Amino acid sequence: MTAEQIIFLIVGAVTLLAGLMVVTVRNLVHAALWLVATLFGVAIVYALLNAGFIAVVQVVVYIGAIAILFIFAVMLTRRQAADTGPALNKNWWGGALMSVLTFAGLAYLLQGWSGFSKQAAAIPSGFDAVSQLGNVLTSPQGYVLPFEVASVLLLAALVGAVYLAFNKK
Amino acid sequence: MIPLSWYLILAAGLFSIGLFGVLARRNAVAILLGVELMLNAININLVAFWRYGEVSTMAGQVFTIIVFAVAAAEVAVGLALVISVYRRRNTVVAEELDLLKW
Repeated sequence: MTAEQIIFLIVGAVTLLAGLMVVTVRNLVHAALWLVATLFGVAIVYALLNAGFIAVVQVVVYIGAIAILFIFAVMLTRRQAADTGPALNKNWWGGALMSVLTFAGLAYLLQGWSGFSKQAAAIPSGFDAVSQLGNVLTSPQGYVLPFEVASVLLLAALVGAVYLAFNKK
Repeated sequence: MIPLSWYLILAAGLFSIGLFGVLARRNAVAILLGVELMLNAININLVAFWRYGEVSTMAGQVFTIIVFAVAAAEVAVGLALVISVYRRRNTVVAEELDLLKW
């Protein structure tokens, strides 16, 4: 077993454990902090996949913005009785059955696929993923249209969120 | 080296955990946390297929960045909805928001 595999196993186990804590822990602030741990684990997985830029964006956008937004929302919607009721609804066993079946179905589907245990080819020398990503995001032959549509979507979400959360009184 | 299967199984596990969170949690904010876990599992799949496929096309990384933007938009609007609902009904438990049920 190589060092890379050992690092992956540790990070994967921590990520899945933190994910389980996110969906089961009762205190929502703790759930948001467990989400931060999960997001850090996913960022390390990106780094193991040689996607350094995506790993940094994960830390900055997901942990720096989205997780903090969740913590703000939990604090703004807290009630005295919020943490006393059960964390899961009374049909939680149905949800557990559905998710176990989903995982089993995905695993069955994947193990029958011929490329399942594929190994990664070496990255060609002199290949700069970040400058290549910048090129395809801004070239008309690449992905400039989805990039611009995403910025319009963010503007619409900004206006919509301000309108929804605005206190009219 | 790590085979592709390890990443795919990790992503499938994370997706299933997020699905459980969406189906079983009572609090609306916790349901959104489950959606975030599912989106992260999708992103692991996209980056893994970029790395194990044709590296120079960058399609997987571009898709991941688009998913980041959509997730940020989804969380902003979703949490604004939750705060708006909390102001009107004084609750964020999904079962108690039954105005359309009779």
